[in-house]
Amino acid sequence: MIQTDILIIGAGPVGLFTVFEAGLLKLRCHLIDALPIPGGQCAEIYPKKPIYDIPAYPEILAGDLINNLLKQIEPFKPGFTLGEPAVQLEKLDNGHFEVTTKQGTVHRAPVVAIAGGLGVFVPRRPKIEDLQRFEEKGIAYFIKDPEKYKGEKVVISGGGDSALDWAIFMADNFASDVTLVHRSKNFRAHPDSVQKAFDLANTGKIKLHLDSEVYKINGNGKLDTVTLKRKEGDDVQIATKHWLRLLCLTPILRPIGHWGNRKKCHCGQQCIGL
Amino acid sequence: MNEINITVIDRQGDQHDLKVPTDMGLNLMETLKSYELPVEGICGGMAMCASCHCYILSDHDLPEQGHDEIAMLDETDEVESNSRLACQIQITNKLEGLKLELAPELVGEDEFSDW
Repeated sequence: MIQTDILIIGAGPVGLFTVFEAGLLKLRCHLIDALPIPGGQCAEIYPKKPIYDIPAYPEILAGDLINNLLKQIEPFKPGFTLGEPAVQLEKLDNGHFEVTTKQGTVHRAPVVAIAGGLGVFVPRRPKIEDLQRFEEKGIAYFIKDPEKYKGEKVVISGGGDSALDWAIFMADNFASDVTLVHRSKNFRAHPDSVQKAFDLANTGKIKLHLDSEVYKINGNGKLDTVTLKRKEGDDVQIATKHWLRLLCLTPILRPIGHWGNRKKCHCGQQCIGL
Repeated sequence: MNEINITVIDRQGDQHDLKVPTDMGLNLMETLKSYELPVEGICGGMAMCASCHCYILSDHDLPEQGHDEIAMLDETDEVESNSRLACQIQITNKLEGLKLELAPELVGEDEFSDW
């Protein structure tokens, strides 16, 4: 059980700066976020996009904003529960609150700040038979513990920065047997990363399957194989225990949107009454 | 004020006839949001999230897809040959009579029944 002064749900820019403001009042904070990294949509959707609505910064990359915020709050040593969505909020008899994550981690504090923005980031699930049966048994949508893929045979799907960065990292540092699968020949990632991925493919360190997508999965309790459908040519079956589908995540307000009784508050917003 | 008519079919199959100004510098995603149709526009119109994915049903001369839009649609499910990201289509007089359908939600509520 994690006890703190202020529990912050959402480790995006607002949640992170809350740590700073609370720190000035000598209050300790603990942040909970569904993503495995802090930064919310700035880190997940557009880390390399310049944004223009931050005071005193005419222009800053969203990823740099998050790095600056993390540096700024370092002295206040916040705690983090990352990769775990907060799913339950309860008021205790002593007036404090208890927040539990989907994975069962329990947090308690006298104050909860909800900085959930657009909600919790969840994967977009493709229509593949038995998909949910293999989740956490071979299929993952983001990487929480990279060490478990060390030296392993890994199939990564996606054409954005997340998919390419992890494919490159695992091929370079983990000596993993990496297959990168992407639906087209166009990548959405940083041009440097795309070049690096092609270089690794040329030296055989990454197996690249373009114009292809995983459409079938098989296994007995745990994932054993994935099957690729290709725009041209026959299906390809790949034996693997790990399929990492690192495509865009989407925020949804559930479960925060279902907490408490929503009432029109004096502040004009739909506030939560507990 | 210059206005055009746009028809939108929502995810329940209901039709919405919109009157849209052409002189306010809006794109199609912003237009749909302003009519409170269920389009998120999470990334703010940068072709980075696909939350404004729609299907164009009418035969209009639309701006060509840029690299970012093509790449984003490559990462999106339920893409058809008439798929577009609404944020990449600027509202102009040329769009008079445009008809479109909203693509399915990126994530269905029912997937989280155990939360």
